[in-house]
Order: sequence, then C-alpha cells, then structure tokens
Amino acid sequence: MEQFLQQVINGLSLGSIYALIALGYTMVYGIIKLINFAHGDVYMIGAYVGYFCMTTFKLGFLPSLLISMITCTVLGVLIEKIAYKPLRNSTRIAVLITAIGMSLFLEYTMMFFVKANVRTYPPMSGLLAQSHKLGDIVITTKQLLIFTVTIILMVLLQFIVKKTRIGKSMRAVALDRDAAQLMGINVDTTISFTFAVGSALAGAAGILVGVYYNSINPLMGVLPGLKAFVAAVFGGIGVIPGAMIGGYLIGIIEVLVSGYGNSMYRDAVVFAILIIILIVKPTGILGINTREKV
Amino acid sequence: MTMILEKSWVKRLLALVLTFLIVQVLVSTNIINTYFQATIATICINIILGVSLNLITGFTGQFSLGHAGFMSIGAYTCAIITLRMSNTFGFLLGVALGAVFAAIVGFLVGLPTLRLRGDYLAIATLGMSEIIRIIFLNMEITNGAAGLSDIPRFVNWTWLYVFTVGTLLLIKNFLNSSHGRACIAIREDEIAAETMGINITKYKVISFMIGAFCAGIAGALYASYFYFLKPDLFGFLKSIDVLVIVVLGGLGSISGSVLAAILLALISTALQAFPELRMVFYALLLIIIMLFRPQGLMGSKELSIKYFKNLGKSLISKKGGA
Repeated sequence: MEQFLQQVINGLSLGSIYALIALGYTMVYGIIKLINFAHGDVYMIGAYVGYFCMTTFKLGFLPSLLISMITCTVLGVLIEKIAYKPLRNSTRIAVLITAIGMSLFLEYTMMFFVKANVRTYPPMSGLLAQSHKLGDIVITTKQLLIFTVTIILMVLLQFIVKKTRIGKSMRAVALDRDAAQLMGINVDTTISFTFAVGSALAGAAGILVGVYYNSINPLMGVLPGLKAFVAAVFGGIGVIPGAMIGGYLIGIIEVLVSGYGNSMYRDAVVFAILIIILIVKPTGILGINTREKV
Repeated sequence: MTMILEKSWVKRLLALVLTFLIVQVLVSTNIINTYFQATIATICINIILGVSLNLITGFTGQFSLGHAGFMSIGAYTCAIITLRMSNTFGFLLGVALGAVFAAIVGFLVGLPTLRLRGDYLAIATLGMSEIIRIIFLNMEITNGAAGLSDIPRFVNWTWLYVFTVGTLLLIKNFLNSSHGRACIAIREDEIAAETMGINITKYKVISFMIGAFCAGIAGALYASYFYFLKPDLFGFLKSIDVLVIVVLGGLGSISGSVLAAILLALISTALQAFPELRMVFYALLLIIIMLFRPQGLMGSKELSIKYFKNLGKSLISKKGGA
C-alpha cells in the first residue's frame, strides 16, 4: 500500500507537468481546432530558458520561472502570428502540416545552437533539496513545488477564463468564431491571447521538469508533447478541466505501468490508451457529443 | 490483351525499358559510383513511400502519420528472413511477407481508427507507429535497441526499378479503377460519397492497406540495401520525411510525389554533412510551402507531355494578353 501511494505521488508530479502542457493544447484546439505540434517544443524552450537563467545568470527559481514563462509567451504569440495566422482560412491539413514544420524548426534550430547533448540543471540547494516523510511515504520539496506552482497556475487560469473579459471572449470564440466576431469581439487578439496563456503554462512546465528530472535536451518536448495531447484527448479536448484530469490520469498510469509492469512499455501503454479512447469515446471523459451536420 | 499493342502503351514500355537500360549501363560502367547508387536507392524507396502515402492522404483524404510503422514491419520481416535464408528466394519471400504483414497490420489498425476524422486519425496513426516501434524495441528477434546488422544485400538497381515501377503501376491502375474513383469521392466529400452508395469504411481500409503494403515493400528494400536496422530509424521523423515528399509534390499527384522524392533526396545528399541544418531546412520548406503554395509543386495535376503543352499555351496566351 505504501508503495502504491508513493507511486501515486510520483505520478501526480509527472501528471502536473502533463496537465500544464495539455492545457495549452486543449485551449488552442478549442479555439482554432488545431493540434499545435509546436507546443511541446515551446515547453522545451521554456526548460532551456530556465536553465540559462539558473546557470549563466545565477537567478533563483522564481525569477527564472517568470522569465521562462514570459519568453514562452512571446514565442507562442510569434509562432501564431507568423505560421498560423496567414492560414486562418485554409484547410486544416495545411495548418497541421505547418504546425509539424514549426515543431521541427524549433527543435533543430535549438539543436543547432545548443547542440544535441543532454544538459543538467544545477542541483537545488537549501529547502529545495530536502525531502519529507509522511509515514513511509517520501515527498520531496521539488514535488511540493510542482504541486504548488501547478495549482496556483490552474486557479489563475480558471480565474482568467471564467471571470475576466478576455476569458469571456475566449469562450465565445471557441463556441462560434463568426458569431463572436459579429458581437464585436476581436478574434485575432483573442486567439493570440490563447496562444500566450497556453505557451506561458508550457514554459512553466518546462522549467519544472528541468528542476524535477534535472536533465534537458532539444528533443525533450516531442514525447511529453504527444503524451500531453493524449491527456487532452483523454479528458475531452477543448475542455479545460478535462485537460487537468487527463494530465493527472496519464501521469499516474505511466508511473504505475513502469512501477508494476515493464517500464519499456510505458509509452506504448499511453498510446494504446489514446487509440482505445478515440475508438470508444472520441470526445473524452468530459467532452460533449456533437452531431455530424451536412 | 489488345491494350498492350496500342501505340501509347508501346511508347511507355519503351520509355520504361530505356530508362532502366541507361541507368544500368551507367552503373555497370561505374559512371554512377557507389555513393550515388545509394542516393538512387533512397530515391526509389522514397518514391514508393511517397506514392503510397499519397494514395492514403492525397487521394483518399485520410491524414496518416504512421507510415514509418508500416515501413518498419516490412524492413524487419525482410531482414529476419534473409538473415536465415540468404538467397534470392529468401529475399523475395521477405519482401512479399513484409508487404503482406504490413498490409495485415494496416487492416487491423485501419478498421477501428479510420472512423476518426482528420487530426484524430493523424494522432491515432502516429500512436500506432510509436507502439510498433516500441514493440520492435522490446522484441528478442529484432535484437532490441541495438538492432539488426549485416543483413545480406540482394537489392540492386534491377530490383529497385522493378519494385518502384510495380508500385507506381499498382497505384496508378488502382486509382483509374472504380475503386480508386470511390476513394477520390471520399476525399472530396465523405457524406456525399456515402449518399451515393459508396461503402466509406471499406474503401478507406482498402486504400490504407494498399498504402501499408507498398510501405512494407519500401521497408524491405531499405533493409536489404542498407545492411542495418534499428527501431529508432522508424520514428516520428521518418513519417514526417514521407509526409514532406507528399506535401511538396502535391496532395493527389503521383508524378508530384516522384518529382519531390527525387528533389528531396538530392538536397538531402547535398546537406549530408550538416544533419541539423538539413532538418531546419526541411522544417522551413514545410512551413514555406504551406504558406505560399499549399497545393505543392504539382497541385493535383499529373506531369505529362500534355501538361507541358498546356503550360506552354497558357504562357503564350498570357504574353499575348499583356
């Protein structure tokens, strides 16, 4: 039982990361129906920005987190303006291919500049290096940090989406873009804002992963990006609470598979889940069925 | 049989034989050295991959990101068989079984997932090919992450040419048949096609299986030409490579895919020394094509003598108009 609880706690920390990335996927998908493949690479860049803040500029965790979130916000908006906005009215396959192109571009440009080798985050000192015992279960401060940051960001996101004016326009554009435009909502600004928020969350996830797992490389965003997308589909794509639930579930499942089964198969299990969900309930846990119209 | 005696057929046959003979002579006189032979092999394999993915994505409109998975099935089957049966029969058996296995997996995967649309299908096929890769990574017979090496080479220009032309003919003829027309109808409008009595699932699965079959052949040729296989060769990036060929050539144009496969192989050979820049270039190419010419080089047109005639005419009339 202790071992199981320990695994769940590890799963929750991994799940927090997936949830943060999945939120970006789900918001962007909700608003422009695009799987933003470049999102996983925004997360990678967030991790690198955090790394350089902590090593080259010797900043603490919080300032690094802020800088990496801001950089990712700018990057996300730039990607949207350059690559996706000109394609607003073309086919979805065209935008999807552009997104794949953008993802490869970020990965290999980064690889060109920072080289392909793995870099390690500086070891945490003081409070951040400690671990706490609850009975037989060990929780590290890093894990607590991940939970706290994730929860704060999620509450903030809920506040933005539910209580502010821009959040209201986000929901309106997601519901019906044309109608929203007729009501005087600036659709372009709203879409850019969605990218900004999603990318900021990905940036935060990047630096948290750097702190938690210590190692980063230019291709680190590919697999977590795909898994976060699976999480978003799992929870019901386009639904914000769905992405959080999906992220945590995928994290826990992955940790349990490697804990009790064969860790080599943990990625396969996640993709198998994806295929099963898509076949059984493509709208996900919290998704609403939409009827097909001619 | 009277078809074969028609004039245009004789011309085509002559052109095919001539192309083969010219390259064969160049290879045997060593004017095309081993380095360029490898490029030619890559071109042929990429043509098979590109054209077969074009059948799925360009003609039937089903966005698949799992072509590398099918390719790896063909590659591993052929490698495992030729490692145990090192003769031409073993090689041909390997190609045949590899293609058939890939088609079977295509059927098993396609039947449930092809109900999904657009992006969902893309992700499901991507997941499928990742699962295949992870299975190969963990199997005993495939030697896990270390991969298989010293696979005997049976592929030469003759086999490459035979299989490439064979694939092109298979897909071309399929598209000209009523089945192919049904696939194109599905691409144009699924609901309308269904209303006209086309069994959508059946034709999607057929096109998916033929695509997987050809990808299996390509994989087998790859294994037999390049000696060495490991699961990482068939990751997400390989599928993207094929997708770039199809998109650059034009979704729905066979000659476009052929053209793009040749062009990209030459570019990629030229950039061999800078692997990172090669990928940056690929990525930029994808984005730029989508931004400025989303229909690709050829659009959905086919390259033919008629095409050039029409092009010439339209150019002349444009000049006359100005």
